[in-house]
Amino acid sequence: MHTAHSRQFENAVLKNYLLDHAYDEMFSGPGELHPHCEPLLEHFSSLPPDELQRRKHSADLSFLNQGITFTVYGRDEGTENIFPYDLIPRIITAAEWEKVERGLTQRITALNLFLKDIYNEGRILDDGIVPREVVYSCKHYRRQMAGLQVPRNVYIAICGTDLIRLENGEFVVLEDNLRVPSGVSYMLTNRRVMKRIFPQLFRSYNVRPIEQYTQLLLGTLRSLAPEGRPESNIVLLSPGVFNSAYFEHAYLARQMGIELVEGRDLVTHDNVVYMRTTNGLRRVDVIYRRVDDDFIDPMAFRGDSILGVAGLFNAYRAGNVTLANAFGTGVADDKALYAYVPEIIKYYLSEEPVLQNVETFLLTRPKERQYVLANLDKLVVKAVGESGGYGMLIGPQSTKAEQEEFALKIEADPRNYIAQPTISFSRAPCLIGDELEPRHVDLRPYVLYGDKVTIVPGGLTRVALKRGSLVVNSSQGGGSKDTWVLSQ
Amino acid sequence: MLSRVADSLYWMSRYLERAEHTSRLLDVNLNLMLDEGPISAERRWLRVLQALGKPKDIGWAGDPYALTRTLTFETEHKASIVSCIISARENSRHVREQISTEQWHRLNSLYLQVTRPEMQSDRQAQALLAGTTQPSEFLQSVMEAVHQFQGVTDSTMNHGEGWQFIQVGRYIERAYATTLLLEAYHEDLWAHPEQIVEGNEYLEWMGLLRSATAFEAYCKVYTADLTPDRIFEFLLLNEAFPHSVRFSIDSLQCALEKIQGDGGRSRAETLRRLGGRLQASLGYSSVDEILNQDAVAYLKNIQAQCQEIHEVIYALYVDYAIQTALAG
Repeated sequence: MHTAHSRQFENAVLKNYLLDHAYDEMFSGPGELHPHCEPLLEHFSSLPPDELQRRKHSADLSFLNQGITFTVYGRDEGTENIFPYDLIPRIITAAEWEKVERGLTQRITALNLFLKDIYNEGRILDDGIVPREVVYSCKHYRRQMAGLQVPRNVYIAICGTDLIRLENGEFVVLEDNLRVPSGVSYMLTNRRVMKRIFPQLFRSYNVRPIEQYTQLLLGTLRSLAPEGRPESNIVLLSPGVFNSAYFEHAYLARQMGIELVEGRDLVTHDNVVYMRTTNGLRRVDVIYRRVDDDFIDPMAFRGDSILGVAGLFNAYRAGNVTLANAFGTGVADDKALYAYVPEIIKYYLSEEPVLQNVETFLLTRPKERQYVLANLDKLVVKAVGESGGYGMLIGPQSTKAEQEEFALKIEADPRNYIAQPTISFSRAPCLIGDELEPRHVDLRPYVLYGDKVTIVPGGLTRVALKRGSLVVNSSQGGGSKDTWVLSQ
Repeated sequence: MLSRVADSLYWMSRYLERAEHTSRLLDVNLNLMLDEGPISAERRWLRVLQALGKPKDIGWAGDPYALTRTLTFETEHKASIVSCIISARENSRHVREQISTEQWHRLNSLYLQVTRPEMQSDRQAQALLAGTTQPSEFLQSVMEAVHQFQGVTDSTMNHGEGWQFIQVGRYIERAYATTLLLEAYHEDLWAHPEQIVEGNEYLEWMGLLRSATAFEAYCKVYTADLTPDRIFEFLLLNEAFPHSVRFSIDSLQCALEKIQGDGGRSRAETLRRLGGRLQASLGYSSVDEILNQDAVAYLKNIQAQCQEIHEVIYALYVDYAIQTALAG
C-alpha cells in the first residue's frame, strides 16, 4: 500500500509537489494520501497532460462567455476579469463537515443574540463581558438602530464565515462577514462547471448537493417579510453594473426569480418603499441588499451616496420593509470585536465554542501593542474595518519600510488595527501549468438564518494562486475551486 | 416590470438592429462599388451617410475604405457598428437577470469577438485601410450574430412584457431606418418611376433592395423586373415583408397593445391613438398617391411620428412623475 502511494507521489504531475509544515489537503505525509483523496489523484494522474489543459481551457472559455466576471477597482473603470478557477476539487469529509456545521450554527445564533442585545438592553455590556468602548467605537456601529425591533430578531440573515485550517488540520474562524458577503455565485457556478468537466469523478464521490442554495435563500428572505404581507415582494438591491459583484447580484436574482433593483428604481412615500415599474409603482416588502449601510439611504447615512434610496431607513424603522441583512450588523464582524466572540458564545448560549478563533492581539491593550510592535516581522496586522485583503501587513513577507509605516499607523490609531500570528493555513493541490502544486486555501461557507439556520454543505474554497502567497482575495490574485463535502 | 429594465431592453434591441442595418448597408455598397456604376463614388457614400441619418462628425473624405473603417470599428463614433454592439451589450448587462442565459451568451460572444484585442482582427482592419480585401467577412458575421440573437430571443425568452419591449425597440428602429433609406435614394431613383431599369442602373436598384434584405422577397412578388414605384411600394407598404415600414409599424403597434394589456388602456390612450393613426395611414395609402405628392415629406412625416411614439413610450412607462403614479 505504502509503495503504491510513493509511486503515485513520484508521478509526473507531482514532481513539484513539496510539503511543508502547513496542513496538506491531499497528503497526510510524504507519499501518504488522505484515504479520501486516492480516487481523485488516480483520476487526475490517468489523464494525459493535454487533456487537463484542454478541459481547463474549456472551463475558462465557459466562464468568459457566460460573463462570469468581476471588476477590479483601481485600474480602468469597468475592467472585467474572469475569476481564476482551479480544476482540482477540494474534498471535505462528512465528519469534518459535521463539526463545521455545528460550529457555524452556534456562532451565527450567538452573534444574532449579541446584536439584539447591544442595540436594545445591552446586558453583555453591563456585565462587562464586552467593553462598551469596543462596541461604540466600531466603524459599523449604527446608533440609529438602538431600540429598533427587527423581524424575528434576525439581524444577520446571510453570512459568509471565513475558515482556515491550522497545521493540525483543525478548522478555525479567521473572520466573520456579516454585512454583504459575496462569492456564493462562484460556489454555484464552480459546481456546475465541475459536473460538466469531470462527470465520472464527481459521480464516484458521494458529493452532497449545493444547488438548492438559491431556493433556501429565497425561503429565508420570505420568512422575514413584514407581518400581514403574505404575497411579499422580494427584491435584490444592487449598487449597479459597475460593482465588482454585479454578476453575482444578477445571477442570484435570476435564480430566485426576483427583481434586481438599483437605488434609482426605488422610491419611498409615506414610509413605504415602492419600485418603479412600467405599470406604475409597486410596493416592496423585503430587500436583500447588496449595498453597504453607508450608501443605502442618503438621508440617514452618507449624503453623497447616489446608490441609495432616500427615506429607506424611515420605512425600515416603521416596519414597512425588511432589510437583509439589517443595518449595523458590521459591528459584530469588526476585527477587534472578533476577539470577543468566544466569550459572546459562552455568555448567550452557555456552551463552549465549537470552532476556535485565531489568536488575536488587541492593540488598544498596551502590553499587547508593545509585543506586536516588537514583532511586526512575524505577525499579520489588519485594519479592523477593511475587507477584501486591503489595509493589511503580512509581516514575514513585508519590507522594513512597510513595517515602519504600519508601526506609525498603529501608534496613531491603535483601535483601528489588530494583529494575529502569521498562520500557515492549509494547502491544497492546484493545477499550475501541467503539474500539481500546493497552494494555500481557505473556506467560506454560507450560512442562512430565517426560520432556522441552514448551511449548504461546502462553500467557496478560495485559493492564493501565487506560490507562497497567503492572500486569497480575488482582488489580490486569488482564485477559487469547487468544494466537495462527502455524504459519508 | 421595472421601468429601468424596459428602458434597457428597448435600447439593447434598437442598438442591435442598428448594428445589423449598418453592416448590411456597408456590405452592399462595398460590393456595388466594384462595378462601374451610374453614380460617382462621392455620391454613393454621401447617400450611405444620409441613409444612416448623417452620423455626427463623420464625413466623406474620398476613401471608401477609410469611411467603412470609421463606420465599422471606431468606437469614438457612437454610430459605428462596434459602438452599437458595445452599447447593446452594456444595456443587456444591466438586465442580465431578465434575459435568458442563451441570449446573453450569444450577445456576449459577439461583443468579445468585436472588442477583445486578441480576437479583434487587426488584419481585417488593416485590410480595410489598404483596400486589399473585402471586409464583408466581418460585416457578415455581425449580421449573422444579430440574426442568431433574434432567433435565440424568440425561442428562449418568455414572450411577456420584456420580450414585447424588445420588439418595440427593434421595429421602431427598423421603420425609422427604412424610411431614411428610401429618402436617401429618392433623388437618384425617382426620375422615371414606372420604367423598368437596365444595365448598371439595375445594380443600384438591387442594392437598395438588398440594403433591406428585400431583393429575393421582391422578386417573388414582382419578378426580377425592377421599377421604382414597385420598389417604393414594396419597402414602404408591403404587408408581409418584415423590413417594410408598414410591417414594422404593424408589429410595433401589436407589441404596444400587448404591453398595454387590458388594464392600461385608458392610461395609454395617447399612445394608442398615435400608433393607430400611423398604422392606418400606412395601411390605407396607395403608392401612386404618395409619389404624386411630396414623397420625401411623406417619409419625413413617418419619421416624426416614430419619434413622437418613442417620446410617449418614455413618458408612459419609463420616465413618469411619481406623484401622478401615486394618484393613479
